[in-house]
Amino acid sequence: MNNHQRNNMSSREKILSQIKTNQPDYQELNVKFKFESLYENLYEKFAEILSFVGGKALQVNSYEEIKANIRVLYQGVTNIATTIPELSELADFSLNVADPHDLEMLNLVIIEGDFAVAENAAIWVSEKHLPHRALPMITQYLAIVIHKSDIVTNMHRAYERVKVDETGFGTFISGPSKTADIEQSLVIGAHGARGLMVYVMD
Amino acid sequence: MLPDWKLKIILKMSSIKIDHATASLKFNKDEAHVDWHDETLWFVRSKRDKAVFQISEWEQLREAGSQIKNHVLSNMYNLLVEFEEKATANGITVHWAADAKEHNEIVYSIIKNEGVNRMVKSKSMLTEECHLNDFLKEKGVEVIDSDLGERIVQMRGEAPSHIVLPAIHLKKSDVGETFHKHLGTKKGATDPQYLTEAARQHLRDTFLTRKVALTGVNFAIAETGGFVVCTNEGNADMGVHLADVHIASMGFEKIIPMVEHLGVFLRLLARSATGQPITTFSSHFHKPRAGQKMHIVIVDNGRTKQLGRPDFRSSLKCIRCAACLNTCPVYRRSGGHSYHTAIAGPIGSILAPNLDMAQNADLPFASTLCGSCSNVCPVKIDIHEQLYKWRQVLVQEGHVPTVKKVGIQSMASVLSSPSFYRTAGKLGRFLMKNTPFITNNNLNIWYQQRDMPDVPKESFREWYIREKVN
Repeated sequence: MNNHQRNNMSSREKILSQIKTNQPDYQELNVKFKFESLYENLYEKFAEILSFVGGKALQVNSYEEIKANIRVLYQGVTNIATTIPELSELADFSLNVADPHDLEMLNLVIIEGDFAVAENAAIWVSEKHLPHRALPMITQYLAIVIHKSDIVTNMHRAYERVKVDETGFGTFISGPSKTADIEQSLVIGAHGARGLMVYVMD
Repeated sequence: MLPDWKLKIILKMSSIKIDHATASLKFNKDEAHVDWHDETLWFVRSKRDKAVFQISEWEQLREAGSQIKNHVLSNMYNLLVEFEEKATANGITVHWAADAKEHNEIVYSIIKNEGVNRMVKSKSMLTEECHLNDFLKEKGVEVIDSDLGERIVQMRGEAPSHIVLPAIHLKKSDVGETFHKHLGTKKGATDPQYLTEAARQHLRDTFLTRKVALTGVNFAIAETGGFVVCTNEGNADMGVHLADVHIASMGFEKIIPMVEHLGVFLRLLARSATGQPITTFSSHFHKPRAGQKMHIVIVDNGRTKQLGRPDFRSSLKCIRCAACLNTCPVYRRSGGHSYHTAIAGPIGSILAPNLDMAQNADLPFASTLCGSCSNVCPVKIDIHEQLYKWRQVLVQEGHVPTVKKVGIQSMASVLSSPSFYRTAGKLGRFLMKNTPFITNNNLNIWYQQRDMPDVPKESFREWYIREKVN
């Protein structure tokens, strides 16, 4: 293909044709890229890492226990919403809004997590559990409920478990939002939630 | 009288440039600051080490990351076509930009189409490379960088000095001063908590009001047509989930084959960058939300050229973790701004000469070739070897300053002639002993920070001959 022909092509064609010409010879992919992580106790590892990244985990046996804990931890807090029907009596804020901007005043949101990863305390949350994508970030405080049996060891297991394109959006959330951009001093609560509480149900 | 911002663009684009050595001299005038900068970056490196030592299969993970990326380079065409197909089927509009200018124009046209003149942006070094903010400003579009570090340098009119930690060169007092000026925080305030809270309030308003949000792309997945954006602050998500339009800018080399490969890269990325097991948010985007428009701009801007260079193409494996910056003794003691490119440090120094050899000829020389960068690179780019290879290319292309060229050539003639070498040595020893001021002065660059060595009585050859005879 000569330069004149190139000039009349779209950028897409230009770029792709140059890539085809310039890319190295095909190299098959056959490297081992999944590994095992062995943890004695998945919940304990998860809780340890969650604490390391600024969050907190609590083992619970029932939704009643969660309700009791929230009433103490977030005493006096209003603008609470939840996607979990069993906890609906805690909520005074409806998530049935058309515009995510209307979630702006949320102080606490309690949502369900699909599963969690022990090695990095990440919890997968997708549109399956979120009426609005902005929900976990726009709230001042976030609480997630997961089941102990839904903790996997590492990210390789995580990706074996989840189909990430099942919904248009999903995210791994590991701890509260944070930044160390000011002279490497860690500040918890940058733009997303200021704190993360994870309730791990048996 | 040219406005400041216009002057900045002209200076950025002109060949007026302060090379790395000169810029570093300036940086090093404040020794205490250099020591602090050095220690701070090393602290980040040590956090990386702590995280890495907890993963017994770390070296295997690196090998996996490296091989996956090697495969990507060799299958780039097919992967990009597949990605575009899948993304388009999911309702995402895919654009292709041959260069920075085209990227900027595409972004501008999307914004104009929305009938707005403001945009919120999360971290994208690609947009730094394209000088997007300056371009949009000239067109009357206000861009607010939502990453805290980037917002700080944006307020100060500076470029980020580090890929991951844009304001690493600033102390809390600097930030306090900047926020006092721009956000009205208390004068003299330095508490990071207080300052971050002020930024949170200020940027929250930005998130709630901007209709267009731009993000970078950490990984694009060919298998599904989706992409992943990783942040600690949640700023990328806050921007896009509240905006009517999400623009994602990506260099085409960000593509990976399959979702399961993310298991490798998400385990490598944050540990290499900051020593965290993973970033707070690892957001996977596949479709726009209902009523939203999503655009991906795939950018070349010199990458196809680099792809065609056998010695340097593996620099395109980079996942932008900045581990090489944190460990590099030269970066730590010269600062990101000394590199006069969007991406500084070792990786920047092997990417930039491809973009403009003349402008960036000094960068591969900003290195001691210690190899620490290659040692920490999560995808095993042979950075220090490429720095060396670039030097050879630059010399052959004539981009090395005459002084250096003449110096090396005279060294070569001395070292290649045994008799010339002996005479030069004898003369040197005589002069250093009898007329020390010849070398012990400030014209001798080596003498500026070092004492000259003691003059030996005789050369090794003289000693050897004497001893052998005896």
